Amino acid sequence: MAQERLAAIAGIHEYPLRVAPGVSSMQIKAESMKRALDDAGLDWGDVDGLYDALDGEGGGGLGLAAYLGIKPRLLDTTQVGGSSYEFHASHALRDIAAGRCNVAVTTYGSTAASMRVPIGTGGMGRGGASWQQNMESPYGGTLISNYAMVAHRHMHEYGTTTEQLAQISVATRKHAMRNPEAVKAMTDLQFVKVDEITVEDVLESRVIADPLHLLECCMISDGGGAAVFVSPEIARDIKKKPVWIIGAGEATKYRENGGDITTSAGAQSAPAAFGQAGVTPDEIDIAMIYDSFSITVAVMLEDLGFCAKGEVGRFIEDGHLAFDQPGLTLNTDGGGLSSNHPGMRGLFLLLESVRQLRGESTSQVDGASLAVAHGNGGLLGGTHTGGTVILAAD
Amino acid sequence: MANRPQPSFPEPDTQHFWDGCKAGELRYQTDPDGNVVFYPRGHSTVTGDRELSWNVSSGLGTVYTYSVVRQNRMPGFQELGAYAVAYIDLDEGFRMMSTIVGVDDPTQDIHIGQRVQVEFEEQSGDDSYPIPVFRPV
Repeated sequence: MAQERLAAIAGIHEYPLRVAPGVSSMQIKAESMKRALDDAGLDWGDVDGLYDALDGEGGGGLGLAAYLGIKPRLLDTTQVGGSSYEFHASHALRDIAAGRCNVAVTTYGSTAASMRVPIGTGGMGRGGASWQQNMESPYGGTLISNYAMVAHRHMHEYGTTTEQLAQISVATRKHAMRNPEAVKAMTDLQFVKVDEITVEDVLESRVIADPLHLLECCMISDGGGAAVFVSPEIARDIKKKPVWIIGAGEATKYRENGGDITTSAGAQSAPAAFGQAGVTPDEIDIAMIYDSFSITVAVMLEDLGFCAKGEVGRFIEDGHLAFDQPGLTLNTDGGGLSSNHPGMRGLFLLLESVRQLRGESTSQVDGASLAVAHGNGGLLGGTHTGGTVILAAD
Repeated sequence: MANRPQPSFPEPDTQHFWDGCKAGELRYQTDPDGNVVFYPRGHSTVTGDRELSWNVSSGLGTVYTYSVVRQNRMPGFQELGAYAVAYIDLDEGFRMMSTIVGVDDPTQDIHIGQRVQVEFEEQSGDDSYPIPVFRPV
């Protein structure tokens, strides 16, 4: 089946610093937008569509356009956690194909590290009264404990081991050590060891929430970035080769009576995305999967269709993941585990996919032509979203 | 006397559940077709029907999964040491988040499939709501 070429990513920027004191989130967003437009060879005044995940001081649908000084004809403030940017790419494909805009941007900025935000271990909110808060806040669950409960159940049902999950951290760190920005990130964030790691290193790192160890958890950094989505007509004249958005899927999942916690929203969003793209998982070269924790990647490898449910342990042992191994390659920028996680990593999944499909990655896979970016927003094991985007080289 | 975060009110969906905790009852809802509705809500999540009945659970269930939290920076939990967060599948067919008490070492003494029984943990403060927690049986 001929893939449709309805919208492309024309420009990208990843804010290079992971510790950026004295800079606001809004400044990161604006600078990233400018640099992403420069990357595409487009101008500030060309932007006619704005997607935003409601991050940044005084941002969102009302504040961001005013801050930037643009008057887009399309505004979309989809906020579904860390997968918001996969949803933005999905919506951009829809909106550009419908002629609603021609040059759209999504931006991200966060100063989570400088502000000392304890994202994973801060305890779940004690905000206003809500039906869900009232049922869960007495128990001291943390963000991590939700993911850890998925890991325990996965181990119980399928015999998955910490040694297998640790391979995800090992492969990701290998990629990070080849990425100067990731090395600087780990250095600036004062990682104990800025070097490649072994399975033993992961097992010997302290347990944060059983069964997850420190080296199975993503960092908390500052950071941000931007992506520029364009129509096929604009894509013909940009500076670099466009990367085509050829399929997208969205889904949500939550705690259900009798539900299977080891299956994520990705099991719903991925078939939709692959179906639209007209490709199958075994054709994918690069998997950019939201690695909030090792278990997130493990579950997504199954839900995206790279192996059957319960078989990810064997899939990992068969020697995939690293860029210099055969088969599927994972998170070549160093991931949230070892390069960049300011809270909502979804944007970086798109950015590294684009770099791979342009041939610009620091862990480049020769001839990479198809990538999948899969974001998970919210809490795996609890209420979460899955956004899957299939990207193709020009 | 424990000091866990209390539910906040007004919150119409969960008020009756928490009143039940004061009465020593673990309450859950069913819709006219017999579908179990939990967490408490004003509508059936299967049919949208708003005519729900309240029932009292036996409080017996099974550990579906759990984690032992070693690090929580939130006040009240920071000093607790390792404690369990779990999903419990009650015998009547609903799943709730809770904790498991009455074990010497939560990292060793809890396992998936373990049978547990609810109890209502009294909380400090006047007129506070007891919190439903689970103990192995």
